[in-house]
Amino acid sequence: MNSTPEPPLTEALIAEHGLTPAEYQRIQELLGRDPNLTELGIFSVMWSEHCSYKSSRPHLKTLPTEGPRVIQGPGENAGVVDIGDGLAVVFKIESHNHPSFIEPHQGAATGVGGIMRDIFTMGARPLALLDSLRFGELSEPHTRYLFNGVVAGISAYGNCVGVPTVGGDIYFDACYSGNILVNVFCLGVARADKIFLGKAGGVGNPILYVGAKTGRDGIHGASMASAEFDDATEEKRPTVQVGDPFTEKLLLEACLEIMKKDWVVGVQDMGAAGLTSASFEMADRAGLGIAIDLDRVPLREDGMTAYDIMLSESQERMVFVVEQGREEEAMAIFRRWDLDTAVIGQVTDDGFLRASKDGRPAINLPIAAVVEGALKCERPTRRPAYLDEVQAWTAESLAIPDRGDAMLKELLGSPNIASKHSVYEQYDHMVRLNTLVLPGSDAAVIRVPGTQKALAISVDCNSRFCYLDPYAGAQAAVAESCRNVVCSGGEPIGVTNCLNFGNPENPEIMWQFEQAVRGLGDLCQIFDIPVVSGNVSLYNETKGEAIYPTPTIAVVGLLEDLTRYCTQWFKAAGHEIGLIGATREDLGGSEYLKQLGEPLRGKPPALNPEVEKRVQRMCLELIREGRIESAHDCSEGGLAVALAESCFSGPEVFGAVIGLASDVRQDALLFGESHSRIVISFTSGQREEIQARAQQSAVEFAVLGKVGGSRFQVAINHQGCIDQDIRMLADIWKQALTRYGKRLD
Amino acid sequence: MKCGVVVFPGSNCDHDSYHVLKHLYGQETHWIWHKDQVLEPFDLIVLPGGFSYGDYLRPGAIARFSPIMKSIIKYANAGGRVLGICNGFQILVESGLLPGALRRNASQKFICKYVHLRVESNQTPYTSRCEKNAVLKIPVAHAEGGYFVEPETLKALEDQDRIILRYSDAAGRSDATTNPNGSVGQIAGVANAEKNVLGMMPHPERCADPLWPDRDGRYIFDSLIHSS
Repeated sequence: MNSTPEPPLTEALIAEHGLTPAEYQRIQELLGRDPNLTELGIFSVMWSEHCSYKSSRPHLKTLPTEGPRVIQGPGENAGVVDIGDGLAVVFKIESHNHPSFIEPHQGAATGVGGIMRDIFTMGARPLALLDSLRFGELSEPHTRYLFNGVVAGISAYGNCVGVPTVGGDIYFDACYSGNILVNVFCLGVARADKIFLGKAGGVGNPILYVGAKTGRDGIHGASMASAEFDDATEEKRPTVQVGDPFTEKLLLEACLEIMKKDWVVGVQDMGAAGLTSASFEMADRAGLGIAIDLDRVPLREDGMTAYDIMLSESQERMVFVVEQGREEEAMAIFRRWDLDTAVIGQVTDDGFLRASKDGRPAINLPIAAVVEGALKCERPTRRPAYLDEVQAWTAESLAIPDRGDAMLKELLGSPNIASKHSVYEQYDHMVRLNTLVLPGSDAAVIRVPGTQKALAISVDCNSRFCYLDPYAGAQAAVAESCRNVVCSGGEPIGVTNCLNFGNPENPEIMWQFEQAVRGLGDLCQIFDIPVVSGNVSLYNETKGEAIYPTPTIAVVGLLEDLTRYCTQWFKAAGHEIGLIGATREDLGGSEYLKQLGEPLRGKPPALNPEVEKRVQRMCLELIREGRIESAHDCSEGGLAVALAESCFSGPEVFGAVIGLASDVRQDALLFGESHSRIVISFTSGQREEIQARAQQSAVEFAVLGKVGGSRFQVAINHQGCIDQDIRMLADIWKQALTRYGKRLD
Repeated sequence: MKCGVVVFPGSNCDHDSYHVLKHLYGQETHWIWHKDQVLEPFDLIVLPGGFSYGDYLRPGAIARFSPIMKSIIKYANAGGRVLGICNGFQILVESGLLPGALRRNASQKFICKYVHLRVESNQTPYTSRCEKNAVLKIPVAHAEGGYFVEPETLKALEDQDRIILRYSDAAGRSDATTNPNGSVGQIAGVANAEKNVLGMMPHPERCADPLWPDRDGRYIFDSLIHSS
């Protein structure tokens, strides 16, 4: 077949590829000639923000990535952390924001598919998925469309593959109405000595293609994800890939089967930038070259050019490098699972990627020039102008209400706090029999199959705090995520992050980014937890309106004894209720202010990392020794909401009688969001020991009251301020989100 | 008891059933590959949950044409025990071993949660260790679980005591308010006339392990093992 002649590389065509004149000149210098169109496309995706991390890399280098448990830090498909007994956990979180905004169902579905491949590419069977989702306000019909679409997409893909979606978080805020966030976390378990890397080693070794056929979908997805949205965004729908979870399931089983062999050299998922990034990254990591015959790539349609094949982001495809002579054996396994497969090339020693199409040379690029040749990018930063104004606000101007009943009901019914069961009931969260704590507690807890160990996982980020102070906000995200893991009985052993920000070419956004990364790094250093993988998503803005900085943090914690997990809900009437940690006058950025209709302002709650550490340590020890019945982190909605949730988020509903003694203003005491606080319940016999522990740990602790009755009663300094029927409160909390999900307008 | 768990492409609860039979109950358990033509003798065959062939076209519609299904139909017609769970139930219906069809849930959404089931009949090898009208708490996880049969067939099923499980509340009351998916008569599980084939949407294998707080699924497996 004759291919059509290539169009000349005009300035307009180069600009359409997202390359600046300086970058094009750089390409000419590196090659000593003009690139052809396919090569231009390759530079375009490989030097895009999405693939090259050009804006973020200098900052990410500052993160602590090492530790005694770390087997693989950032730079591979996912991070790997040792959990003993010869096993390791493999995990990562990744964004699929832009595609999900354009096409919510497929965008979210392929986000799930992509991150799962990152995990099983390394030889680990995926055990759990979590999602961190951000939408605009649910009062907007378009937001409800996006919300329902994303949830349906995650449900369709994850359920079909048979990996349970066990948790996550969801927030609604107007700042996301033009740019939603879909961050998907996946964790798998592998043998620590059987981790596969994306390396094309061994000159002469064959390169195998396996999975779905290559089509024209998703061409330039990576470039699309590296630009802001505008009115023409709807036209980008064809750049969103279409997922096929059935093929993914076959691919998963086939890959894990072949990985039992000892002749698999390297493996890489074809994710963003498809065959291009897979081949360049694999060759680069091995310091070798690759030769590909594009005529051998299984294609979905006729007439595809070298350009189409190299830039396609068709899903569910992988590249394997196996030892010479094993190709037939490998392909037989893939065929047993009804997958398309072909030998498409081999490893070479010349450091070039060469590809031919229709028997003619189509690509001839030095690997290093493409992978490492991009112009260095040191984006200027500037402290945003808005900060002084918003941080100057204090709560003094705010009237203190007499009672807390009305506000408690409003908070429990707000979509950010209300029960998310209508969402997670659409996810299969039990398949494979490892989910020890079903969704709805502080963290997900899953057992490690075949062992007595379990893992607690939490994802978190309060972006309202990050907007007010990105450094403090990022620290708060790590602290809260760790606190959730600790409340479930896990000891944090590793962090992965997904950094969602606006346009990095805006110095104020870049400042937010820099501050958040510093905050994240500093806290991980103090807590001594390595950051082992991560993902950066920039250009999250529409028509110049950026989202709040949203550094989503996922923390993985280890439980050596799977029977020692803890849940957030009260277990029996008569148990005593206590609060570990101190409540201060922290109303800045709170959900309470949002409910009052106040603009987002104030200083976010101050975090003292040393106090946080002591609080967490004390709580973890109490859980490990079996001294407490429940533990629940105080976050959005403050102490009152945490207490109410402890009453009704479990299988049984309990009332509670609470007496607080404090001179903190009433609304801050009830609804303020001070960090480092955990609501616990325990039998009376444990009270003295817990008090003694608090004293030893130099941590504040107060007994607040008792579980029981049919009412939720709170008195402050002996003055009643909340008294409500607990079942009525539970109903408000349970029904709020379900109602939105059912609205069809 | 010699058990077989069929692996269709897209089965994803196969490991769970295998685990329960082999490791919890210590039964001899084998994998059965969907491409196999010949079936060795078994005391129980499980068609597991999942998304065989991606649930494309209709759940179970393609799996019924798998090479192994011919042998399984023959085996069932000869009195062999076949338990179809979730997608397995859908395959049993599509292959004609059980009557009716499974429609999309009334909510149009996938539902994963614990539900209550009232045992309508204990005259089957799958429920022999249950009291009649006992209530079991077992989770469902499906998008197409709305059981449908024509009124005449429904009557026949009732007359022949073939409705084995109905969705109910914790007290055993079963009506429209306890129906998670729009099944006619809140039907959660039906058997063939000889009671050797059972299809059920809920997943007993998900709550049989002593590790979980809820483990009513064990009644199904206890029944099977003790009636073999």
